[in-house]
Amino acid sequence: MRFMMLVIPKAYENAKADFVPSAELVAKMTKYNESLTKAGVLLGLEGLTPPVRAARVKFSGGKAKATDGPFTEAKELVGGYWMIQAKSKQEAVEWATRAPMLDGDIIEVRQVQEIEDFPEDVRKAAGR
Amino acid sequence: MASDAHRAIEAVWRIESARLIAGLARMVGDVGVAEDLAQDALVAALEQWPASGVPDNPGAWLMTTAKRRGIDQLRRKQMLERKHAELGTELEARQETAPDLDAAIDDQIGDDLLSLIFTACHPVLTTEARTALTLRLLGGLTTEEIARAFLVPTATIAQRIVRAKRTLAAARVPFEVPRGADLGARLASVLEVIYLVFNEGYSATAGDEWVRPALCEDALRLGRILAELVPQEPEVHGLVALMEIQASRLRARVGPAGEPILLLDQDRARWDQLLVRRGLAALDRAAAPGGAYGPYTLQAAIAACHARALTPEETDWTRITALYDALAQLAPSPIVELNRAVAYGMAFGPSPGLEIVDALTSEPALKDYHLLPAVRGDLLKKLGRFAEARAEFERAASLTHNARERALLLARAAQA
Repeated sequence: MRFMMLVIPKAYENAKADFVPSAELVAKMTKYNESLTKAGVLLGLEGLTPPVRAARVKFSGGKAKATDGPFTEAKELVGGYWMIQAKSKQEAVEWATRAPMLDGDIIEVRQVQEIEDFPEDVRKAAGR
Repeated sequence: MASDAHRAIEAVWRIESARLIAGLARMVGDVGVAEDLAQDALVAALEQWPASGVPDNPGAWLMTTAKRRGIDQLRRKQMLERKHAELGTELEARQETAPDLDAAIDDQIGDDLLSLIFTACHPVLTTEARTALTLRLLGGLTTEEIARAFLVPTATIAQRIVRAKRTLAAARVPFEVPRGADLGARLASVLEVIYLVFNEGYSATAGDEWVRPALCEDALRLGRILAELVPQEPEVHGLVALMEIQASRLRARVGPAGEPILLLDQDRARWDQLLVRRGLAALDRAAAPGGAYGPYTLQAAIAACHARALTPEETDWTRITALYDALAQLAPSPIVELNRAVAYGMAFGPSPGLEIVDALTSEPALKDYHLLPAVRGDLLKKLGRFAEARAEFERAASLTHNARERALLLARAAQA
């Protein structure tokens, strides 16, 4: 099973365009990433630039419309992720609890959907 | 809810058990005793954590508890005072150092884990015993999970593990990392066990299911752990590369009804590109410039040829034949010859391929191997010798033990 651990930094919607995490945090994060690697569970990870540098494409009335950040009205925006392999949701949660986060941060643990989870008609539509 | 707590403890166990057992084994010098102590600590956690909650550092809690039990046990058994003192000092030393990621502790843990892997895969044990013990001690799997994975009764696996521990103790196998000339052979034994676990998941030898992805994941996890512990060993990276690339096809090699889909018929859009990338990166680590390729690295390089081809037609079969030629030199086996025949058939036409296969028909090791007639049937069909091809596919179908594979082979017989 695969899980994505989504990092939701506190108040990331207000982060400045040139925001970067501190050297201290990066050092802790690197150690944490190493522990995931050494345990053989880490599949991939990325950090995302602040939402102020992002764009949102909204779909409405059959049209797609792009808007540039910031999105001050939005809350709990993703700042990065880890993709890990785990035996259960509990194991993924256990890994998440060990991450070096700042006060007020959130990690959302989401299981990757597999095509096998879909009913047959949906699988057929996916060419399966 | 108690069951939530139990699931959380199971998760902690999965993460911590190998390091816990390894650390204890170094202290007591016996993996059997170490595992018993670790199990005692697990029982204590199951009793206490549902009420107290999971401690902040569950790994350290388990280690401390297990060591206390160990000391109690030693006292009860009135073992040598010296040994007792040693264990006591060890306990104090461990408690003083923060369980944080201090480099020295990391090295020690790494060394303990490696010793545990080498002990579990020790040549005094049968391959079956090594496999069960490795999954149990390193993979954190329960006896029931191992039994389910290999479709044998739980009692059989339990027996196998008990006997394995007894054998290790009787043979006085030291808890250590082999050095010097010994290391190569011992490492080969470890890699063999990991790949065996992977293969049982990748193409199950028995049962109704053609693949069991959880076993592949267990093997991959073990391989990745090992690659971090002995990064200087190219063949470890070769094995990891091979498993990552093969696992990238897991979703594509099973059809909607659970039937196997052969490599060249697979929808390559369904290949897992994350695993492909990981595999190619591991292959880069294995194939350092100037270094000779070992057998796993060669197989990974072959798998990479397929992974890099966006369509079957783009496959570099000529390179694959060269890699199989090298593999046949380095690690000759009837199976390698059979695969070499397939590659020659693809690169240079069915006749050169059939020539290699025909040399194998008297090979005793392949007498009951279903893929020999399957490959031969395929080459015969390409040569327009349909009646012979049909007979070969039917023979292949009668030899396989896997229900899904049998159906596929019978379908090919009907088409020939």
